[in-house]
Amino acid sequence: MSERKLRILVGKPGLDGHDRGAKIIARAFRDAGFEVIYTGLHQTPDQIVSAAIQEDVDCIGLSILSGAHNTLLPKVCELLREKKADDILVFGGGVIPEDDIPGLKAAGITEVFTPGASTEDIVAWVKKAVIPR
Amino acid sequence: MSLAERILAGEIRAAARLMRDIDDNLPSSRDELRRLFTHTGKAFLIGITGPPGAGKSTLVDQVTATFRRRGKRVGIVAVDPTSPFTGGAILGDRIRMNRHADDDGVFIRSLATRGHLGGLSRSTADVANVMDAMGMDIVIIETVGVGQDEVDIVRLAHTTLVVMVPGMGDDIQAIKAGILEIGDLFVVNKADRDGADRTVRELSFMLEMNHYEESSWRPPVMKTEAQRGTGVEELVEMVESHHDWLKQSGEIDSLLRDKQGTLFQLLLKERLFAEVWGPLQKSGAYDELLDAILARTSDPYSAVDELLAKRLQS
Repeated sequence: MSERKLRILVGKPGLDGHDRGAKIIARAFRDAGFEVIYTGLHQTPDQIVSAAIQEDVDCIGLSILSGAHNTLLPKVCELLREKKADDILVFGGGVIPEDDIPGLKAAGITEVFTPGASTEDIVAWVKKAVIPR
Repeated sequence: MSLAERILAGEIRAAARLMRDIDDNLPSSRDELRRLFTHTGKAFLIGITGPPGAGKSTLVDQVTATFRRRGKRVGIVAVDPTSPFTGGAILGDRIRMNRHADDDGVFIRSLATRGHLGGLSRSTADVANVMDAMGMDIVIIETVGVGQDEVDIVRLAHTTLVVMVPGMGDDIQAIKAGILEIGDLFVVNKADRDGADRTVRELSFMLEMNHYEESSWRPPVMKTEAQRGTGVEELVEMVESHHDWLKQSGEIDSLLRDKQGTLFQLLLKERLFAEVWGPLQKSGAYDELLDAILARTSDPYSAVDELLAKRLQS
């Protein structure tokens, strides 16, 4: 009678106040049958990582439109490593220039979705990439 | 090391993992809970319930901040509904509690109801037990936004707060069932809104009509503006008064006995059901049984009788 339910944290690090994308993706994840912990706007990397650990999520999806992705996204991965929780996958989405993507991946971000990616694509990616532990 | 040992050693990830195992109903979680049980019974459990949008999460945030100022460690279990159509859920109670996210003295866990009725998830009591064993002084349980008869919380918490807001419709809504009987404290939140005093008056009036013994606790009606923190200090004082009253009056003994009784019965029901249902479903006998019932060659009443007789013999 038991089965693992996929748990995923959706959050917005940093200062931009545009959460429509994050809400749409949270809704798409819900409709895919995941449990989505939605932490809302203006999160520090510390808050995101603590929440991810307390909630025992399988993966973290971060939406970022402020341009601070090169600082904030790697910081989340660094904190996860520090807390020995880097088995939690991190992916990002938002206005992120192609040129920045290789650097982000090298820092530990598993995947980056740029404008134009459909919610179906993202859900399909999560289903393939994330195996609930 | 077992998860239980790691939890008792203070490892956060182990606690978070066990909560997941409990929620996913892994058989191993029962062994871990068994190991933790002797370390439970120390935390003070506060339930917060009320309709959607009443400000429960914001109030939990403020009450948590007040207990933190008093040096207490706080665990929070926040329950939100699972979509009955997709099985997914958006758990958004943390949004209002983010300032506590990186405080080591606070542990927040969001749970989805996963089809369980009554305002809580099946796992809530056990998750609260894990927080208790982690050494949390206070465990606050926030139910899903409830309306009328989702009153499971009262069997789990020491003190239950019912949060209302002004202008929620006429007073007959509250007397239909449940809500008026479960509160140890009533909170009219968003008290800066029109009609707050009227809501307080109506609630107080209806509570007056409940029957109280001389020695019994009379639920007070309090006003808060959780957003600004107004009235929260007084609310926490009152919660502590209720706790003191429970201990002084000896009510706490029957409350704890009822609570363990309820949990025991739930566990027994769940295990008994699983014992019969598991093999029935796996063997394919369930489909045959349904066919027979649909063809009217059997009926559900005899089918259950036979099943139980067979199972209890073995």
